[in-house]
Amino acid sequence: MPLSALTGARLRERRLAAGRRQADLAAEVGISASYLNLIEHDRRKLGGALLARLADALGFDRTALAQGSDVALIEGLQNAAARGGALAVELAALEDFASRFPGWAGLLVAIDARVQTLERAVEALNDRMTHDPHLSQSLHEVLSSLSSVRATAAILAETEDLAPDWSARFHQNLHHDSERLAAGAEALVAYLDAGSAIAEQGIAAPQEEVEDWLKAQGWGFDDATLAEAAADAVAGLASTAARSLARGYLTRALGDARALPMQAFAAAVTALGPDPFALAERFACDPLQVMRRLATLPGLGAGLVSCDASGTLTFRKPTAGFPLPRFGAACPLWPLYAALGRPLQPFEAVIEMAGQGGRLHRVLAWGRPTHPMGLRGPELREATMLIMPEDQPRQAALPIGSSCRICPRPACAARREPSILSEASATDAGPMGF
Amino acid sequence: MAKPMTGHVLLIEDEPNIAEAIRFILSRDGLRVSHLADGLGALAAVRSDRPDLVILDHMLPGLSGLEILGAIRADPETRTIPVMMLTARGRDREAAERAGADRFISKPFSNAEILAEVRAMIDR
Repeated sequence: MPLSALTGARLRERRLAAGRRQADLAAEVGISASYLNLIEHDRRKLGGALLARLADALGFDRTALAQGSDVALIEGLQNAAARGGALAVELAALEDFASRFPGWAGLLVAIDARVQTLERAVEALNDRMTHDPHLSQSLHEVLSSLSSVRATAAILAETEDLAPDWSARFHQNLHHDSERLAAGAEALVAYLDAGSAIAEQGIAAPQEEVEDWLKAQGWGFDDATLAEAAADAVAGLASTAARSLARGYLTRALGDARALPMQAFAAAVTALGPDPFALAERFACDPLQVMRRLATLPGLGAGLVSCDASGTLTFRKPTAGFPLPRFGAACPLWPLYAALGRPLQPFEAVIEMAGQGGRLHRVLAWGRPTHPMGLRGPELREATMLIMPEDQPRQAALPIGSSCRICPRPACAARREPSILSEASATDAGPMGF
Repeated sequence: MAKPMTGHVLLIEDEPNIAEAIRFILSRDGLRVSHLADGLGALAAVRSDRPDLVILDHMLPGLSGLEILGAIRADPETRTIPVMMLTARGRDREAAERAGADRFISKPFSNAEILAEVRAMIDR
């Protein structure tokens, strides 16, 4: 598998660190010095046997040339570029930039993440100021008291011949309004203090907070201690909204554990393989339960995404080589959405995610309608897709992407908007929704 | 000292102490001031009393200030009556402007400010 341009710069670093001249190293691995120079300056891709020879000659592990952190850095830069709007970003030089100036690139990604956090905080505050009826009422109360205090105090201060009965009356009003103002201000401060949730909302979206928390827990809990451990762990989440989401997740996980006890489940997986549909038949349960349970098996390395009827991703467990969009909608070609549109039908495909060097995954998806308010209530839908690494090369894998904005596939019938990664996509794209 | 004014002001304000202060300021200046504490009787009072000026709070129990203003402007017999609105926020002010208010006073207001505005509207 050819490695990215990032490898070229890293190879150069390794050679220089080893004190080797280009010509010497090139001769040792059987290529010309000029060809090695092209590789080191990102003019030629490096892969296969040559990569192995170079790694041996310089004495390092070939996988060290393309580390996961670099991939994350590149994705972070791509996302930052996508949010750059009309700014002209040299996308073609993105990998070169990341490899030559990893510190600056990391700083840029960190600043972009910080900007997003602050934008969410501003949005949360704006929403609260605009729509929170309690806050609106509190402010109205304070303003009314203040208006009365100001008008009454001015009368008392500016009216020289104020009759005693009027004076007494206004003094009484002033006293009453000052008490009311103090109480209103105190209530407002207490309300805003208790709502440190304002800041919490800015740190991360509640869903992201829960996903980070689950990641820290290894994406699963031991069945025997699930209820107890989960209750303790949930309390550690910062925001009320995240705690609520986490409790919902754990309630569901408890149900899954009861339907699919781990010992029996693991034995069935060994016998049948990680096939959620066969396992659902074996245990006479919902395939969604099996998919969620499979995603918690540490040895499987499976990712999982779920969505609601709007297509919004409601759960994201990432897996290597399958970048999940943090914001906005995902690729409409994901079998997840086919399952959403045609519930109670199994969907299975081998897919090739764009920009992952031909890496393949096997995905299995299932959707179902739900009626949480009874059969006469509104019908909702949920769909889930299990994502597993696929080692067997396939001739025909379904080409998909993460999201249109950072998908480099130039001509895609499902494209909603031009990609920032390919100028051609702006003209070669499909219908783009209209 | 300014010449005492004559005229009738209908004050529609649910905060009793604010209403009392405004009544005092305007009455001292020679105006006759009648007061309503909620929006429900406001329309009937405007129709029957035909005040020279209506001072209307934005947030009222019963009918809101904007609803009352809309009704005043929709009625041929009352549509020309000047209306001053007491508002708290910029957004309220924009809504009042669209609804046909003639003047705005933002809370917390000064007595001099409200007196000057009332004089200007009554003398108009």
